[in-house]
Amino acid sequence: MSYHWHWGVLFEPEPGGTGTYLHYLLVGLGWTLATALAAWVLALAIGAAVGTVRTTPVRWAVRLGDLYVEIFRNVPLIVQMFLWYFVAPELLPQAAGDWVKQLPPPWGMYFPAVLCLGVFTSVRVAEQVRAGIESLPRGQRLAGTALGLTLPQTYRFVLLPMAFRIVLPPLTSELLNVIKNSSVALTIGLLELTGRARAMQEFSFRAFEAFAAATVIYLVTNLVVVLAMRVLERKVRVPGMIAAGAATQAGH
Amino acid sequence: MIRLARQVLAQLSPGFSLGLVLAAAIALPAAAQEDTLDKIRSSGAITLGHRDGSIPFSYYDDQQRPVGYALDLCLKIVDAVKAELKLPKLEVKYQLVTSANRIPLMANGTIDLECGSTTNNLERQKQVAFTITHFVTANRWVAKKASKIRSLADLKGKTIVSTAGTTNIKQITEINAAQNLGMHIISANGHPEAFQMVETGRAVAFVMDDILLYSLAAQSRRPTDYEISSTALSVEPYGIMLRRDDPAFKKVVDAAMVRVYKSGEINRIYDKWFLKPIPPRGLNLAVPMSAQFKKVVAHPTDSGDPEAYK
Amino acid sequence: MFSGYDFDVIGRSLPYLFREGMTFTVTLTLLAMTGGIVFGTVLALMRLSPRRLVAGLAGAYVNLMRSVPLVLVIFWFFFLVPYIGAWVIGAREPIKVGTFASSVITFTMFEAAYYCEIMRAGIQSIPRGQVWAGYALGLSYAQTMVRVVLPQAFRNMLPVLLTQSIILFQDTSLVYVISATDFLGAAAKIANRDYRLVEMYTFVAVVYFAVSYGLSTLVRQLQRRVSVVH
Repeated sequence: MSYHWHWGVLFEPEPGGTGTYLHYLLVGLGWTLATALAAWVLALAIGAAVGTVRTTPVRWAVRLGDLYVEIFRNVPLIVQMFLWYFVAPELLPQAAGDWVKQLPPPWGMYFPAVLCLGVFTSVRVAEQVRAGIESLPRGQRLAGTALGLTLPQTYRFVLLPMAFRIVLPPLTSELLNVIKNSSVALTIGLLELTGRARAMQEFSFRAFEAFAAATVIYLVTNLVVVLAMRVLERKVRVPGMIAAGAATQAGH
Repeated sequence: MIRLARQVLAQLSPGFSLGLVLAAAIALPAAAQEDTLDKIRSSGAITLGHRDGSIPFSYYDDQQRPVGYALDLCLKIVDAVKAELKLPKLEVKYQLVTSANRIPLMANGTIDLECGSTTNNLERQKQVAFTITHFVTANRWVAKKASKIRSLADLKGKTIVSTAGTTNIKQITEINAAQNLGMHIISANGHPEAFQMVETGRAVAFVMDDILLYSLAAQSRRPTDYEISSTALSVEPYGIMLRRDDPAFKKVVDAAMVRVYKSGEINRIYDKWFLKPIPPRGLNLAVPMSAQFKKVVAHPTDSGDPEAYK
Repeated sequence: MFSGYDFDVIGRSLPYLFREGMTFTVTLTLLAMTGGIVFGTVLALMRLSPRRLVAGLAGAYVNLMRSVPLVLVIFWFFFLVPYIGAWVIGAREPIKVGTFASSVITFTMFEAAYYCEIMRAGIQSIPRGQVWAGYALGLSYAQTMVRVVLPQAFRNMLPVLLTQSIILFQDTSLVYVISATDFLGAAAKIANRDYRLVEMYTFVAVVYFAVSYGLSTLVRQLQRRVSVVH
């Protein structure tokens, strides 16, 4: 192969003067995690709400939930990212839109990215929460009614605590997905890890070293997150209940 | 404990496979580079890299066909290559490139000539080669007149934009650090996107070669809203890019360019793109040949040193 | 809220958007889907092989592809394929690979990891009795797989495979990062050339929604018809 490797480039200073290229990439990892975690929390909040609502007998709420899920599931992530970043500020009233556009980078890209990723991921969370609640025996809901609990009380004290424990494994794999999906934010200028790897390639002309370093960093991050999640799952697991959401489900 | 070890191993296996791939890549001997002329002769085709928004050097007309000043010069080179190789016909393929990927695509063989607005400088000559300079421009910025940006100091703490992979963004990043200007620099995917950021108010200024700024502003909805800085951050000679360490091909390309300059044909081509209406909207840029470029036409050079253009 | 927007730009650019952009997207999707399912099935068989090395290699490949963002994989193949191609065919210089070819290879290789997991689940869900019956009839391993197991597995997993393909269709929009002219790329070009970001991106979202929703509705109907009861 007529490519001359030069791994030392990782220790050369990057043009912005902030340090070595390796440091530059690791700061990118910081942004990746900051975006991913904020988006994941948002996704859990919205997704749990939407998923729960879709299991209630309230017809119009179920329809709304379905509409929400269908809209954000059928538009590609990068298109949603463009809508949040380019189109949303234009649709706000003039003053609000201008304020949003004036937000200095990286915050001007961070907030749209978090909102976009949060909403996108919330759809999958909603599906998993719904599957989790529906996998509970029907008798649970009926027992709640028999005890004189109202519908919200049944959810709060009987159904949801069990459902969340069941869906924890799929939910933690959603964190891994969000970390990977955060790379799409580079298209709106957020300099997370992949974006910085590309910038490093542009400044130093060292494509393979840059992308190899980024790949290794993603693999290590993956490993750490998976191990941390295993610990969390073991603490929260309910013996005897099988998790809803099989590996045969399509997706990334 | 064993389960933990097994999980760690499962997670590390992708890393091992990656390591194997990289080790194999390093172990393979470095191959000798094939001559571009041989490649063209055997494939019967030449691939030109072009841009989509570098007006008037290399861009799309309203039929989405690549046209431009640099492309016309490249087509002259193609004629010369065809004559040199004595081919009955030579297929011309077009490959869209961006500022960010033009150098890697040249290095990995996807394109044979890059016909656009690429700055020839000594650092890039470590990766690629350039033929005779076809334009001399300067690195400036465009901003809305209402923003009242008169000098570099006025940009302190503001948000500016430049295009990914250009000498301009690299330079402004370095200046930002060296002079502690605290500017926020956005990297856009292309020139039209970057200009849009100034238009919509996301960025205060767009740092780029003045000729490109001039054409983008002239094509915008309200050209009179914009002004281009008088401050020039550097001199940028444009050159058509080709592969490094390929003297036979470079000789043919250089000879073709020199022939165009010496015969005076360069004046006709220059007039067509800078002094007459150009597609897609018939805009006339009305930019006469600069004194620096006239000097290059009289004494053709492929130097990457800005000093040679003073 | 929508005053002052020129939605006519969509009408004017429809030919370009669909002739260039959508053709790229659809062709890429179909090619990557076919290649991905074929390669994915091969990977699944490798993973289920009793030979440790073969299973390990396939497993490592699948884990690698599933641990890394698709955007990064797109960049890898974009820069790497010319070198690998040259090494494979023994050329002395990196071979010429355009954006489309690079994209097809990327998505085939990437999606194969996901199709592999689906096919693996499908193959494993076929009762072992089928395999033993095949051996009892004198079929070899290969014949049993090809004639008995895989057709059933494929039919069982068809809805999931199709759903994954719809996701693939949406993911092709990421070729934007290598400036390919797929449907989104074509719309972005027009949006930036004519200063019509709102109109074009909204249109792109609507088209993707219509196609994806339409296809997933069809898959749901198919699922109701094709479910095999054991």
